[in-house]
Amino acid sequence: MTLGLINANPVVHAKRERFPRLDDPHTDDAYVRDIRDPEHPYSLEQLSVLSEESISVDEKLGRILISFTPTIQHCSMATVIGLCLREKLKDCFPPHFKVDIKVAPGSHANEESVNKQLNDKERVAAALENPNLRQLVEECLYSSEL
Amino acid sequence: MKNSVDENFELNEVQTLEGHTDRVWSLAWKPAPGIDGVPAVLASCSGDRTVRIWEQSPATGCFQCKAVLEDTHTRTVRSCAWSPSGKFLATSSFDATTAIWEDAGGDFSCVATLEGHENEVKSVSWNASGSLLATCGRDKSVWIWEVLPHNEFECVSVLQGHTQDVKMVQWHPSVNILISCSYDNSIKVWAEDGDSDDWHCVQTLNQSNSGHTSTVWALSFNASGDKMVTCSDDLTIKIWGCDIIRMQSGDGYAPWMHISTLSGYHDRTIFSIHWSREGIICSGAADDAIRFFTESKDDLVDGPSYKLIYKKEKAHEMDINAVQWSSMENNRLASASDDGTIKIWEFISAPGKKMHL
Repeated sequence: MTLGLINANPVVHAKRERFPRLDDPHTDDAYVRDIRDPEHPYSLEQLSVLSEESISVDEKLGRILISFTPTIQHCSMATVIGLCLREKLKDCFPPHFKVDIKVAPGSHANEESVNKQLNDKERVAAALENPNLRQLVEECLYSSEL
Repeated sequence: MKNSVDENFELNEVQTLEGHTDRVWSLAWKPAPGIDGVPAVLASCSGDRTVRIWEQSPATGCFQCKAVLEDTHTRTVRSCAWSPSGKFLATSSFDATTAIWEDAGGDFSCVATLEGHENEVKSVSWNASGSLLATCGRDKSVWIWEVLPHNEFECVSVLQGHTQDVKMVQWHPSVNILISCSYDNSIKVWAEDGDSDDWHCVQTLNQSNSGHTSTVWALSFNASGDKMVTCSDDLTIKIWGCDIIRMQSGDGYAPWMHISTLSGYHDRTIFSIHWSREGIICSGAADDAIRFFTESKDDLVDGPSYKLIYKKEKAHEMDINAVQWSSMENNRLASASDDGTIKIWEFISAPGKKMHL
C-alpha cells in the first residue's frame, strides 16, 4: 500500500449520542458506522464519512442504497472504503440483498468512475481475491470489534 | 416498466444443479456431436475456483456432476468454452491464466496453460474451425492464440485498443472476425489484414454510433451470423446487423450497424445474453429474472423490431450471471447464478400452438 497517508490530518467528530427509539431498536447505519477508516484508528462515523442519512434499506425489495463521503476530494481510499461497506453489509444482511454504493454527490473528484468501479460486481470480486486488499478490508472491519 | 408478455409461452424448471460452493459465473454446453444417443453435457465455472462437468443420464434424463476440475486455477474461474469438436474445454481465470483441458472420455486433464495476461482473464472463445482461441481481461487487451499440434498454443497477437477492462470476446460463427466488449462502454471488431496475419481493430461501436452508455457485459450472434445482440449495465439490449454476404465474400470489411435498442425492460445490469438457433434472445440479469425476446413481425416500416415474449421473475434467488441455450435441444436453456446453482429450463409454446417467430 502507499507509504504516506492520503489524509494525514482528518477532522474527527465526537460520536453522536443515540437515544433508543421505541419503535426502532437501531438505525440502519448501525451496521456500518463502526467500520474503521483504512488509515486512522477512528470509525467512518467519527470521520463523518458516513451518517444516519446515508443508508437506506428496503427490506421488501431486498435492496440497500448506501452513500458515503470520503474525507477529501481526491481520496484514493474511496474504493477501499466502498469494499469495506460491501463486506460489512454482506455479514449483516441475507445473501439475496442487493447493495448499491455511491460516493455522496459532489464529494469526490472522480465520482462517476469511483461509483462505476464500486458497483461492478466482477471488479469487486476480483479485488477481494487480492490478499493485500483482503487483509486491509478485514482490518477495517474486525479491528473495531476487538 | 414494459411488460408485454405473450401468453403462448411457458418456462418450466426441469432441474436445479447444486454443487458449487460459490457463485457460478459461466456455462458452456458441449457442442452437439452430430450422432444420436450421446448425452448432453454442460460445463460450469465458479468463484469456488473449480469447473464442474454435468452430464445428462440417458436413463433418467437427470443431470449429474461427472467431474470437478479443481486444483488448477488458484482464483475464480470466470469463463469456459468448448472447442468446436468438443475435445477440449478452455477455462479462463482471475489467476491470469487460461487452462486447456482435454476430455478423454469423461476424464479431464489439463494439457496446457496459457499465460500472458497481466491480471484477471475474463473470457475465452474458440473460432468456428477450432484453429484459433481468443482471451481478454482487465489488462484491457485481447489475445489471439493459434492452436498447434500436440496441445501447443502460440500467441499470434496482443490487441490493444480498449481503454478499460475487456469483459467478453466472441468469434463470429462463420467468418474469422472477433468481437470484444468492455467496461469502456464500447464494442470492438477485430479482423485479420488480408494475408499479413496482422490483426487490428476494424470497427468500434460506442456512444457516438448508437452504442451503449455503460459497461457492455456480453454479446451473442444469431445462427446466420448477420446479427448480434449486446447487453449492458446501461440496462439496454442492442441489436446490430451486418451485410453477411459481403463479409463472407472477403470483399473488404462490412461494418456493423445499429438496428434496435430494447430499453425499459430491465431495471438492473444485464450480465448475459444468448441468441438461440430458432431466433429467441434470452437475457439474464441482476434482478434475478430471465427474459425472452424475439423479432416482431408487425410493423416493419422502420425495419425489424423486437418484443418481449416472456419474463420469469425470481428465476434464481440472486443475480443471474449466465444464460445459455442448449447445443442439442432447441427449447432447453441453462442459467447460472450468484446463488451457486445452475438451473435447467424448458421454454415451450403453449400446448397445441406453434411458436410464431
